[in-house]
Amino acid sequence: MMNEQVQTADVDIAPPGPFREFWAYFSENRGALIGFGFILAMLLAALFADLLTPHSPFEQYRDAILTPPAWQEGGRWSFPLGTDEVGRDILTRLLHGGRLSLFIGMMVVSLALLIGTLIGLVAGYAKGLTDTLIMRAMDIIMALPSLLLALAIVTILGPGLINASIAIAITYLPHYVRITRASVIAEGSKDYVTASRVSGAGIWRLMFITILPNCMAPLIVQASLGFSNAILDAAALGFIGLGAQPPSPEWGSMLSNALEFIQRAWWVVTFPGLMILLTVLAFNLMGDGLRDALDPKMKR
Amino acid sequence: MNEETRLLKAQNLTRFYDVSQGLFQPHAVVKALDGVSFSVAAGQTLAVVGESGCGKSTLARQVTMIERPTSGNLQFDGFDLVQATDQQLKDARQRVQMIFQNPFGSLNPRKKVGSIIGEPLVINTELSKAEREDRVRTIMGKVGLRPEHYERYPHMFSGGQRQRIAVARSLMLEPKLVVADEPVSALDVSVQAQVLNLLMDIQQEMNLAYLFISHDLSVVRHIADDVMVMYLGRVAEYGSSELIFQQPRHPYTQALLASTPHLKAQNRQKHITLKGEIPSPLAPPAGCVFHTRCPYANERCAVEIPAHLSLKDGRQIACHGVEEGRL
Repeated sequence: MMNEQVQTADVDIAPPGPFREFWAYFSENRGALIGFGFILAMLLAALFADLLTPHSPFEQYRDAILTPPAWQEGGRWSFPLGTDEVGRDILTRLLHGGRLSLFIGMMVVSLALLIGTLIGLVAGYAKGLTDTLIMRAMDIIMALPSLLLALAIVTILGPGLINASIAIAITYLPHYVRITRASVIAEGSKDYVTASRVSGAGIWRLMFITILPNCMAPLIVQASLGFSNAILDAAALGFIGLGAQPPSPEWGSMLSNALEFIQRAWWVVTFPGLMILLTVLAFNLMGDGLRDALDPKMKR
Repeated sequence: MNEETRLLKAQNLTRFYDVSQGLFQPHAVVKALDGVSFSVAAGQTLAVVGESGCGKSTLARQVTMIERPTSGNLQFDGFDLVQATDQQLKDARQRVQMIFQNPFGSLNPRKKVGSIIGEPLVINTELSKAEREDRVRTIMGKVGLRPEHYERYPHMFSGGQRQRIAVARSLMLEPKLVVADEPVSALDVSVQAQVLNLLMDIQQEMNLAYLFISHDLSVVRHIADDVMVMYLGRVAEYGSSELIFQQPRHPYTQALLASTPHLKAQNRQKHITLKGEIPSPLAPPAGCVFHTRCPYANERCAVEIPAHLSLKDGRQIACHGVEEGRL
């Protein structure tokens, strides 16, 4: 009865899977690959920081205060990037600081992503009064300068790394809420959602299984870009003294502690600043590549 | 035909939408469906035709229970869909399924074909994973999909094959009625025929009823038992497919039929050209909604809404001209 229909089936060449397609687009972008490589290296360095350097980040070598980097006159190879004002090895502190920075980025992004996506999903799906209330609240958060708001929250919660990450996460919420809400509204009007509803899907299934997975691409991109902002803001909070507390080797607080030596010991300030710069740059490059690879509008 | 045995019966079905016209303007009411009555018997096809904006898709949304009608009576399988509770609606939904116009939008791009077709089973039954896969594969064979398609994503298929996937999904719960909203208008002509034949084969095999929404009259002629012509939310003419296509009485039906292109000159009908556009549903004309474009309209048409007449040959028509014997 249906023989003629079987013949119309396509030729049996399996098209590439979604992941391979993604990698093909992503690896075309050289900047994104470099960024990805740098982040991978930093991740490994942070994980194996104890094995990479013989020093502890807190050990103070009183005989080697403000030693310049090894290639400079007076430098020592046991402290390749020099030491700081109390004789701690800067390279060691930078590697251990990577742990903190990655931890902050991870914590801020996952908090903001999780809560923001949930709120955005509810706003986009419920519409009406719920939507208006949520979005106006987000507008208020966005209207305040983010660092100032984070400062205020940290002041309430008390200084410290975890509190700083919570504060930064709150200031980032509106971005995720807005992005999620916009894609939920766009996806929610599509036929496959109606089809699911006609099949009898309830509101939980519609929200989390049908709609949400189709909204992930812009969220992943925003998250990877948000990572760098989080590191930057955490460094800023650390610089003011409300983020990580001494002696923990956070890059921002390393910068602020070394401020008074900027005239006579450039290395104490330069290397933490350089690390912040490179890490943020790497995350931005990778985020760009991710967007190119995941956004259907950028695909050829 | 005995009215009692009809699978789907609608009487005086209406659906109004409130439309905001701006902050300080009063709300407007769009009468997307205004007093529509029809019925579908098991195993039969009712085609709904009309221009865009005539209420075809709104009708589909009422019948598939995505929305509740504003008023009127809608009975499915001896079951009142207007009065039903949410739980009753959930049960009834399993027996009414839908096929959409655009097969590129109606399949979830993140899911594999197997889980798209199997979703109705996951939601509505307690079958184990293996049993589900078994039934999905059986249906896939029925609609002409190959077993290896089970693990693929929708973007790997052509339009015609995607529509087969959509057909398979709609059959999963063994429904009695399938609402097909322009199921072939997004497809190439050669593929249209395949999908139409598939739909007709399945209808015979499963004794399905179709509510077939279309603007393509040649497709309708091919598949329909009954035809309902709609204009601005109202029924213009409703009767068996043969009657409507051989002897259209309503001027709007005549105009629609005349607009179908024919290759041979002797098949062409007397050409009636409609003037102007379909009026805005926000401000429908008084009297007969069609009078602004009707070549036979008189003063009565402009003020009085025509009643639904049942003619001797079994068709229903809403036209003063036919009532007065002018047409």
